[in-house]
Order: sequence, then C-alpha cells, then structure tokens
Amino acid sequence: MAEPTVTGAYAALVRSRVAAQASYRSSFAIDVAAQVLLAVVEFAEVYVVFHQVHSLGGFSFAEVTLMFALATTAFGLADGAVGHVDQLPHYVRTGQLDVFLLRPLSALGQLVSSDFALRRLGRVATSLVILVLALVAVDVDWSPERAALLLVTPLAGAVIFSSVFVAASAVAFWLVEGTEFANALTYGGSYLSSFPFTVFGSAIRRFFTFAVPAAFVAYLPALALLGRPDPLGMPGWLSWAGPVAACLSVAVSAVTWRTGLRRYVGAGS
Amino acid sequence: MIVEASDLRRDFVVRRKAGRLRRTRDVVAAVDGISFSIGAGECVGYIGANGAGKSTTIKMLTGILVPTSGTVRVCGLDPVRQRTSLARRIGVVFGQRSQLWWDLPLRESFRLLAAIHRLPALQWRDRLDECVALLETGPFLETPVRQLSLGQRMRGEVTAALLHSPELLVLDEPTIGLDLLSKERLRAFLARERRERGTTILLTTHDLPDIERLCDRILVVDHGRMAFDGTLPGLIERVGAERVLIIDLMEPEPALFDVPGTTLLQVEAGGLRQHLAFRPEQTTAAEVVAAVSARVALRDLAVTEPDIEDVVRRLYQP
Repeated sequence: MAEPTVTGAYAALVRSRVAAQASYRSSFAIDVAAQVLLAVVEFAEVYVVFHQVHSLGGFSFAEVTLMFALATTAFGLADGAVGHVDQLPHYVRTGQLDVFLLRPLSALGQLVSSDFALRRLGRVATSLVILVLALVAVDVDWSPERAALLLVTPLAGAVIFSSVFVAASAVAFWLVEGTEFANALTYGGSYLSSFPFTVFGSAIRRFFTFAVPAAFVAYLPALALLGRPDPLGMPGWLSWAGPVAACLSVAVSAVTWRTGLRRYVGAGS
Repeated sequence: MIVEASDLRRDFVVRRKAGRLRRTRDVVAAVDGISFSIGAGECVGYIGANGAGKSTTIKMLTGILVPTSGTVRVCGLDPVRQRTSLARRIGVVFGQRSQLWWDLPLRESFRLLAAIHRLPALQWRDRLDECVALLETGPFLETPVRQLSLGQRMRGEVTAALLHSPELLVLDEPTIGLDLLSKERLRAFLARERRERGTTILLTTHDLPDIERLCDRILVVDHGRMAFDGTLPGLIERVGAERVLIIDLMEPEPALFDVPGTTLLQVEAGGLRQHLAFRPEQTTAAEVVAAVSARVALRDLAVTEPDIEDVVRRLYQP
C-alpha cells in the first residue's frame, strides 16, 4: 500500500459521509425528491412571470430559462459541495472547530468534508434537464468556443458560489450570529443570477458583478452563447471571463477565511 | 523539554452593556504571566478552580489560541504557526468535546483518524489492537458512538488520541463523570502508557486520586497565575491540609477533644459519631486510631482526604 496522503485523508472523510447518508435509504430518497421539487417550483416562478409578459429585461422566455438553468446548476453543485459551511456558528459554539484545529489537516478542509449533501444532486439533475430544454428552444450558433463555454460555465459558477459560501460564512468569526448576513449573499446571489441583469437597478447590478460576481455565473455567459451584445453596454469579453472571476473569488474567500480564523485563534484581526 | 512556556499571557476583551447605548470594554487576563516547563516522560497534574486559566493554557499549548504575550514551545514547535506538524506529535482529549464521529461505529472513527494522521496501516492497527486489549473496548468497537455510555466513549477518546503514538498526551478532565471502575481502569492504562512508552502526560482534573495515582508533579494555577509547582505531598504540607478521621462508637461518648495530634471538628448523634482532623506530617491515621480505641469502643471508621478545591483554597487563606 502506498504512503497515505492528504488527498487520501479527505477521500476517506468524504467516503464516510456519503456512506452515512446512503445508509438511510428512504430518508435519502425523500430528500432527493424534495430537491427536485424545489428546482421545479423555482422554475415555476420564471414560468409564471412569462405568463404575464412576453419578455423580461429584453429577453425571451427561452433565453431567461437558459440563464436560470445555468445559475441553478452552478448553485446546486456549490451548495452540495460546500453549502454546509454556513453551519460554522454551530461548529464554533459546540467546540467542534477546536477539534478540527487539533488535527493535522486544514480547518476549512475538514469543515467542507464534514458533510457532503448528495441530496442536492436532485436539484442539479433537474437543472440540467431544464438547461437541455432551454438550449433546444434558443438559437445558438454553435462553435467549439461556445461549446467549451457551455461546459465551463456551470463549473466556474459553482466555484464562484462556493467562494461566496466560504467568505460569507467566515463572517461568523466576527459576528457570532452572522448566518442571516451569509444567507443574504449566498441565496441572494443565487436568486439574482438566475435573472437577466437588465431588470435590476444599477447599484445592485454593480454589486453583484464586481463585489459578488454573480453576473459571471449565468447572465454574461448566456449573452455569449446567444450571440447578443449586453443591452447595458458591458464589454463582450466579460462574457468569457467566468473562470477569471472564479479564480479571483477563490483568492478573496481564502483571504477572508484565513483572516477570520486568525481572529478566532486570537492572532489579531 | 516537551513543553516550555515562558511568561505566558492571554487577555480576553469583555464587552458589557453600560446604559442604553454605551458599552464598556474591559480587558481580562485569563492567563497572567505563567512560566513552566515539562520534561520528556513527566506526568503533570494541572489543577485550579473553574475559570482559573487551565483551559486557556491548554488551548495555547495545542495551537488553538495565540498567546497575547510570552512564548510557548511544544515538542520544539510553535503551536499556532506549526499547528499541523504539532498535531501529529500530540494527542488531546477534551472531556466535553469529542474526536469521534457520533454516527459511525467506533472502529470507523479510528480508521478515519488514522487516515487524517496519515498513518501506515501496519503501524496503527497494532497500536489499536494494543489499546483495545488494555482498555477493553472490543465489545463495542462496532457500536455507533452515539450509543456508547460516557465511560465507553471516554475510552474511545483516549484510544483516538493515542493512535498516532504522540509524544505528549493532554487530557482535560479525563475522569469527570466516570464511575469508580472506569476511572481506575483509565488511570491504570495511562500509568502503563507512560511507563512503557515514555509518553509525557499533562492532565487537568478535580479528582485527587487521579493525581495520587498518576502525577509526580502538580502545577496549581489560580487567577491566571502559577500558585504552586511541586509534588502533591509538598502541596499538602505547604497548605497544612488535614485528613479527617470519622469514627462511629458503640456507645455515645463525651467529645474526644484531647486526642494527641488531632483537632475535634464535629460531634454527631450525641457523641456516637465524631470527626477528628489531623495533619499527615504530624501523626498517622494508625496512631490516631490506636489512641482513640484505647479510650473508647469503636464500631466503624473512615478517613477522608483533603479535596483539591480545599487544598487550592488554602493556598490563599493560610
């Protein structure tokens, strides 16, 4: 057997979490079904809006559906992988974070791997079905670049949302009851990103493009897929900048987490 | 030296409401300039009242908390900066916080901890077999942790802390809440661990027998300062702590206020039960019993030891 590695340690942790969930089969099945239902209900909101209007912010039903599907796929992936980091206040209160700090692995790594919400795959699967339907309905002038963009976008979006989750939950190191604040950024960002940004006011648009890069999750890449210029005049190359935004998000959230953890151990803020 | 702490200090900021909007900001020193070192193979009892600074010290030693000032080295490492390296060389048992996974069988928890510590299978399996045999955890290895009794769980926690064969074992109230048999079994195991492997042990406790059985040195912390560093007999001598002989008599007798080397503390049941205090360095329980039984007919007797709280209190109220 090879020398045990850090990767092996995380793999063992994640495997044990998955096994623990799979051991309660019926409750797992209900959880998955609930996640499917949640995605359908969220999509119903888009459908209901278009029952009243023919276009939203200058975009058709199919086009908005594309944005919605890209956003919920990304959010579902992120929520499943790292969504439970918003439980950080609980880990602080019960002293479990101290236990993490007594082990030879990163505290964030252990927090992330302490749960792995497989049930969220129900939401991701539903979102992918909606994505396929949307792609059939809209006119995409397919090219290798656009195909690559379609593949990369949900992943970059998942990384962006994961970073938002981590950075927002690290707020708990300063505010013990920071969950509401964290939710405003994560669930708020997810909600906004599933609509064309043209419907929002400029302050919200700027905040969720440059502070929390939610625009890069669905709206901007969808413009490139549809071959449309931004009605608001943002440069076209931004549509391809999702991976860059994802890297920047990771860097910012890593710094936020480290600063928060340093504050927790009392190394100054 | 396994542990070297020098002029260690840790402040906490306490914010209090003072009026409707104003808030006062007080700085409280939980640990207020303590220095000590612990050599390899020592077993040290770290005692003090609740809130004296024991947990804060332990958190600084294990890298969970940064000292406000002063320096600390454990196994030659800086605990906070080299936290993960240190974690592979020390084992920690917090009585109130579990290292185990509550929804997994005990054995699975050990397997995961071995993976986290990156232990080669050959190494940790032998270690686990040894701990299982000595702590008798075999019967519940396949039981989910949430179903274990406190005593069973604590044996699991100690095993978990020792799987990676640490040089230093830190135990925070390891025997709290355990029944007598479990306590004794744990003490015997820890004594053996130290004898056979030379593991250095630092433990906090409120239990005097823990210290009598295990520790050859005690540190007493009070209000964040080191109040005593020495042996248990040394501490008892210094504070003049008294043992108490409780005697039950066949017949009610007049108060025994003049037995040599003793002080009469209490007379109960019209003289049927009497409490005599004596100082261990002046006389022995046997001498007192002999003196008493020469005068009256004894039915039963018991000797009570000074408890730690009492000893520590006396350090400040001579």
